[in-house]
Amino acid sequence: MTIEINYFGMLADVTGCSLENLSVSAVSISDLKGILVKKYPGLQNKDFRIAQNQELVSEGTILTGQEIALLPPFAGG
Amino acid sequence: MKYKNVFIKGAITSEFIADSIAKHQSKTNIGAHNIFLGQVRADEIDGKAVSAIEYSAYEGMANKKFHDIREATFEKFNLTCMHIYHSLGAVKTGEICLFVFVSSPRRMAVFEALEYVVEAIKADVPVFGKELFEDESHQWKVNS
Repeated sequence: MTIEINYFGMLADVTGCSLENLSVSAVSISDLKGILVKKYPGLQNKDFRIAQNQELVSEGTILTGQEIALLPPFAGG
Repeated sequence: MKYKNVFIKGAITSEFIADSIAKHQSKTNIGAHNIFLGQVRADEIDGKAVSAIEYSAYEGMANKKFHDIREATFEKFNLTCMHIYHSLGAVKTGEICLFVFVSSPRRMAVFEALEYVVEAIKADVPVFGKELFEDESHQWKVNS
């Protein structure tokens, strides 16, 4: 399936883009994370969480969403 | 579902804040307001001072989170109204980047509600800050 991946803050610095479409057969968020870290080794030592359809998800969650986002630590306020 | 947009481009001005207060004069069931203003601090890191923070956000999710925080706050506290504004883009040191305004018939509710809202924003809303230094270098801010 094709999913849209959004990168924010320092993570967009690492990937060199803020948005990309990716065709994946991954079944969990953890699998997806593995694919992305392989594609962008700079993500390996970064602290980030993943949102699926605008909700934070854990690594064991099944990948169902079209909209994925990699979120570095929040700094609002 | 489309959520209310909380973001304002650039700094939140004192005129904007003053207007917001003035607009509540017609709501005479209110007896207490409480306001939080987040100001960009000139932190010094390795001998270099921060000159501005450039804010960005995952806007769709952020506006949804602001909405959720708002709903939860109204459920927990006896508030008459509540307003939240957050900056996007560059905000210089000394300028305001977050404005939270809560109102109630009585004071206890606004003291407690304001702290709850501000802490929830810091923890749950995907906003990111790039600290810009005077020499044009930068680093990414993390809430402590």
